[in-house]
Amino acid sequence: MPDAPSAVPHALQNQTGDRRGPAVELIDVSFAYDQRPVLRGITMRVPRGKIVAIMGGSGCGKTTILRLIGGQLKPRSGKVLVAGQSVPDLDADALYHLRRKFGMLFQFGALFTDMSVFENIAFPMREHTDLSEELIRDLVLIKLHAVGLRGAAGLMPAELSGGMARRVALARAIALDPMVVMYDEPFAGLDPISLGVVGQLIRKLNDALGITSVVVTHDVYESLKIVDYLCFVSEGRIVASGTADEVRASADSYVRQFVDGEPDGPVPFHYPAQPYAKELLTHVR
Amino acid sequence: MNRSAIDLWVGIFVAIGLGAIVFLALKVGNLVTIGNEPGYRLEARFDNIGGLKLRAPVKAAGVVVGRVESIRLDAKSYEAVVTMRIDRGYEFIKDTIAAINTSGLLGEVYISLDAGGDTAVLKDGERIAKTQSAVVMEKLISQFLFDKASEAGGNKK
Amino acid sequence: MYGEVLGGLAEGLRRLGGAVTGGISKLGYASRFLFAVLWHSPQAFRRIQLTLREIYFAGVLSLVIILMSGMFVGMVLSLQGYETLKRYGADEQLGILVALALVRELGPVIAGLLFASRAGSAITAEIGLMKTTEQLAAMEMMAVDPLARVIAPRFWGGVISLPLLAALFSAFGIFGGYIVGVRLIGIDSGAFWGQMQAGVDFWPDVTNGIIKSVVFAVAVSLIAVFEGYDSKPTAEGVSTATTRTVVISSLAILALDFVMTVFMFRGAGT
Repeated sequence: MPDAPSAVPHALQNQTGDRRGPAVELIDVSFAYDQRPVLRGITMRVPRGKIVAIMGGSGCGKTTILRLIGGQLKPRSGKVLVAGQSVPDLDADALYHLRRKFGMLFQFGALFTDMSVFENIAFPMREHTDLSEELIRDLVLIKLHAVGLRGAAGLMPAELSGGMARRVALARAIALDPMVVMYDEPFAGLDPISLGVVGQLIRKLNDALGITSVVVTHDVYESLKIVDYLCFVSEGRIVASGTADEVRASADSYVRQFVDGEPDGPVPFHYPAQPYAKELLTHVR
Repeated sequence: MNRSAIDLWVGIFVAIGLGAIVFLALKVGNLVTIGNEPGYRLEARFDNIGGLKLRAPVKAAGVVVGRVESIRLDAKSYEAVVTMRIDRGYEFIKDTIAAINTSGLLGEVYISLDAGGDTAVLKDGERIAKTQSAVVMEKLISQFLFDKASEAGGNKK
Repeated sequence: MYGEVLGGLAEGLRRLGGAVTGGISKLGYASRFLFAVLWHSPQAFRRIQLTLREIYFAGVLSLVIILMSGMFVGMVLSLQGYETLKRYGADEQLGILVALALVRELGPVIAGLLFASRAGSAITAEIGLMKTTEQLAAMEMMAVDPLARVIAPRFWGGVISLPLLAALFSAFGIFGGYIVGVRLIGIDSGAFWGQMQAGVDFWPDVTNGIIKSVVFAVAVSLIAVFEGYDSKPTAEGVSTATTRTVVISSLAILALDFVMTVFMFRGAGT
């Protein structure tokens, strides 16, 4: 057995807390896009009510994990379980019902550009519930108030700043009080104030609504402030994981390179190429 | 764009679109003139119908009174059997002559009905006895040449 | 040297084979897509507001270009036609010429081409952009089927709009022909309308024109939504998809027009 970092963090292994079992579980999941392997045997557990961050360099398969959880992709092998149900095996109806318990915050928001802020948040309510318009109006304003944008209800997405759009998308993600919320790069491209706001909202809403959050990001600083557990993905495998404190204190070279932002380390600086001197001295026709 | 404005414009659009179709059907085409009165059938047999087509007009004194409904060949007598549908408002007597004419030199081919002198009236399904076949240009020319040739031959004697 | 040439040939053949199989599998994919759109259509009609909105964007906003083009085409037909007909003393047939040309051919075809360029490309761009900004994926994750909510209404919006636009094109074209023929050139108004009415039949001329425009509407709408849905989620991808919509729609219209004309008007002489 090679000396690889444990795929399942100690803290999670010993976690018995929630007797109903983990909200999301991946067991030895592999996935490939056509011929290109993206995930090779990922195993992770997300306990209920916790925030788990999935970190890694760009293109390492973090978003793919979210898509596997949400049922948009099917794994080549392994199991994807949400509240005990195997997602790839669900039929259209069951998948539909499962997705109603999800909320998802897409990168850059993915707000519907032809509707106002109010209508964006009312959208899932109108599609999935029979609530009256007055009730929907109240609920929308409540969600907007939770993210601090109740006054922006009448604006169109084009009129929002990046941070505001992200918050509206967050309000839309929690519109139906979901069980699991997935965040795809929620901190990408935000100014420092908005970063802080979004981070705090993720934590507060998670605790207030009792939801489970899976955050895909490569913002180490913000993540360490708010998440319960982190998993590091590199080349399709989980190379390190642990609680925020464990990660900060970790001696693993990959984790250190990532956390400290070192340009060179287990993830090399130089793209594979010919030896430098040889390439310079060879004549190019 | 609020809902009522969209509804209004779509309503206007669909209305004028359907109006255009109705315009094309009535004003441009001839939906009304055809089949307005159900009409009755008359049959006529010709040796040669020339360029007569289906739905060609049937005229009496130049007025359109009906249309050609079907054209077929009687395999036994090698006559063309033409069925015409005549508007119910018109009646024709038994010795009407049905002739195939061309309107102008290059115009369309139609059937003209010329009245005879009888008193009995043609009923639905009856046949017009007297017919005049179409003038076929080639026969006319060859007849002309033949006449000319025999004239010249006669003169030579 | 020969090795290179043979290698190049082999590569070319491989690419050609790949293109053909790729094209055929895309055709199959497009057919499945059509069935999926039709399957999800009931919702587009139950929530009629969605479809009405698309009829507005595809049909009403195309009115200006269709009406103006129709009028101009009719006027030009009248002008050009008069010159030629006059030589045979048949200038009173101008009404039939303009009407038949428009109702049978030019109405459905030109309206179809204009629709593909204006509304078809807009639909493709809109859907492609929604795909690029992950709005379609967001809908899917919210358990709302984008085929039912976004695609089907746009498809039916196009299918309903184009036949109406084609009829309007023909109608305005005939009106334009009337303006030039009767008012400007001085042909007798009675002859113009009378000859037209005698020469243009509801069956087959007008109805075949309507059938053509319906077939074109289905083709253009399907191509437009398909290219948008299938586009690569990048800026270049959307731009390519929009171009493809216009090009493929135009070719489809002209090819279908030929096929249908052969079937419809082959027996027109009898």
